[in-house]
Amino acid sequence: MTQGFDAVPFLLSFRLAAVTTVVLFIVSLPLAWFLSQTRSGLKPFVEALVSMPIVLPPTVLGFYLLVFLSGRSPLGMFFQEHLHVDLVFTFEGILIASCVYSFPFMLQPLQSGMEQVPVKLLEASYTLGKSKFQTLFRVVVPSIKPSMLTGLIITFAHTVGEFGVVLMVGGSIQGETRVASIAIYELVELMDYRTAHVYSFILIAFSFIVLMSVYILNHRKRASG
Amino acid sequence: MIVASLKKQLEGAGGTFMLETDVTIERGGITAIAGPSGSGKTTFLRMVAGLTSPDEGLLEVVDEVWFRKDTGKKTQVNLKPQQRRVGVVFQGYALFPHMTVLGNLLYASRDREVAEKLLNMVGLLQLKHARPSNLSGGQKQRVALARALMQRPRILLLDEPLSALDESMKTLLQDELLKVNRELGVTILIVTHDSSEMYKLCDRVLLFEMGRIAADTSPRKLFVERQTTQKFAFKGEILEIRAVDAVYIAVVAIGNNLVEVVVGSDEKEGLQSGDSVIVGTKAFNPTVRKFASKDFDISRL
Repeated sequence: MTQGFDAVPFLLSFRLAAVTTVVLFIVSLPLAWFLSQTRSGLKPFVEALVSMPIVLPPTVLGFYLLVFLSGRSPLGMFFQEHLHVDLVFTFEGILIASCVYSFPFMLQPLQSGMEQVPVKLLEASYTLGKSKFQTLFRVVVPSIKPSMLTGLIITFAHTVGEFGVVLMVGGSIQGETRVASIAIYELVELMDYRTAHVYSFILIAFSFIVLMSVYILNHRKRASG
Repeated sequence: MIVASLKKQLEGAGGTFMLETDVTIERGGITAIAGPSGSGKTTFLRMVAGLTSPDEGLLEVVDEVWFRKDTGKKTQVNLKPQQRRVGVVFQGYALFPHMTVLGNLLYASRDREVAEKLLNMVGLLQLKHARPSNLSGGQKQRVALARALMQRPRILLLDEPLSALDESMKTLLQDELLKVNRELGVTILIVTHDSSEMYKLCDRVLLFEMGRIAADTSPRKLFVERQTTQKFAFKGEILEIRAVDAVYIAVVAIGNNLVEVVVGSDEKEGLQSGDSVIVGTKAFNPTVRKFASKDFDISRL
C-alpha cells in the first residue's frame, strides 16, 4: 500500500525551520555578542548550558521539554491562560523545542565569528564615540557575514533534520506536528517503503546541497582572508 | 592642560611592576612617549583613551575629569572611551575594512564637509571611495589620522604610527602631524622609538622605564646636549670595511644614505661589518666609534 507523495510534511518542516532560524537569529545575535565580549565567570556556564542539546539524547531533551511545556507546568499554564495556546502536540510546542534544540548551531558560529573580529576595530569604534550596540550592528555584523550565513543555513538544516525532540513534544499530528522526518518514520512503520524512499531522497539531496553551500562559503571566507 | 597621575599594576616579562605616571602636559604641544617595549607606554595611552582602567589616580583633561579613583575608595569617575574627546590612531591603523575611506570618516560623525576637508588636508580626497584593502600603508595611516580627527578631539593619541613606513613616507606624515598640530591646535601624544622623529616633532619627551617616567625633558636635551664633545653625530651601521693603502674605508649606512668614512688602523680595531656605530666629528676629522648604549639608546638612559 502506498500513500503517494504529500507535500504537507515538507512544508511543515520548512516552516518550522524558517521560524526557528529567525527566532534563534534574533536571540543569538545579542547573546553571542555578550559572550564574545565578556570576561564574566558566567560565560562557561552559559556556553555549556546552550551546548547541551549537541550531546544530550533527543529523548532526554524531549522528555524534559514535555514536562516543562505540559499544561500542568507553570510555563504551560501561563501559555494556556494568557495566550490560549497549548504547547504540547502543537506547532508552537515543537517550535519552542526546535529553538532549544538548534540553539547551539546558531550561537556558536556567530560567537566564534565575533571573537575573530580584531579587538582594535571595536576599540577604534568606541573611541569614535560609538556605543557597543552601534558597534555590533555597524562594525561587527558586516564583518561576520560568512559566520552569519553559516549559522543561518546550519540552523535551518538542523531543524529540518530534527526527529526525536519533535516526536516527543509534538507527536505526529497531520498538518500540525508531522514534519518530514516523522512522516518518514510513520511510512516505514506502515511498510510504505516507496514513499519513504522519495521522502528520504528529498532530505538527502537537501542536506547535501546545504552542507556543500556552507563549505563553499567557508572556502570563500578563507580565500578572501 | 592635561593632568595624568595614574597607577596600574602591570604584568611584565620579569614579573609584575607598577605603572606610575605623574605628569602635567600643556595644551597644544606634541609629547613623545618613549622607552623600551614593555615599559608601559601603550598602557599609558590606553588609560588616557579609556580603553584600560587604571587601578587608581586622576586623569583630568582641560578641566574635565575623565578618571578619578582615590586610594582606598571606589572609582569616582571613569568616563567611557565614547565620552572622552580623544582621537586614537592605532598601531595597524584599525580601519573598518567594509567601509570606504570616506565611510570610515563618516562613521565617526556624519559631517561630510569636515570629512572632505580632512581628507583634503591629508591629500587623499581622490581616494575617498577606495576600500582600505586597496591602500598603501602610508595612505591607511593618513586615513586613520583623518578619522581620528573627525570628532575634534582634545587629545590625539598615536601608538607608533610611523614605525611600519619607509623613510620618505615617514617624513611626509611627520609634516602632516605638525600641520594638524598647528592648524587644529590639538594636543598630541605619540609613542615612538625614532629619535629623529622625536627631535623633529616633539617639544617634550617622556621616557618610560619599567612603568616609571625615568626622564621628562626636551628632545634637544636628550639627544644633542649629551653629545657635548662632538659637533655632529649620526648613528649608522657598518656595511663594509676595506683596506686602502695605510688606512681603512668604512661604508656606513646612515638612514637612507651610504657614507664612506676613513678609519685609522687604531680605530678599525674592534669594528666589523654589521656593527652599530656613531659617526661624528671633532674639529674636521670624521670619527667612527662603536655604538655604545649610553649614546642614543634611550632605553638605557
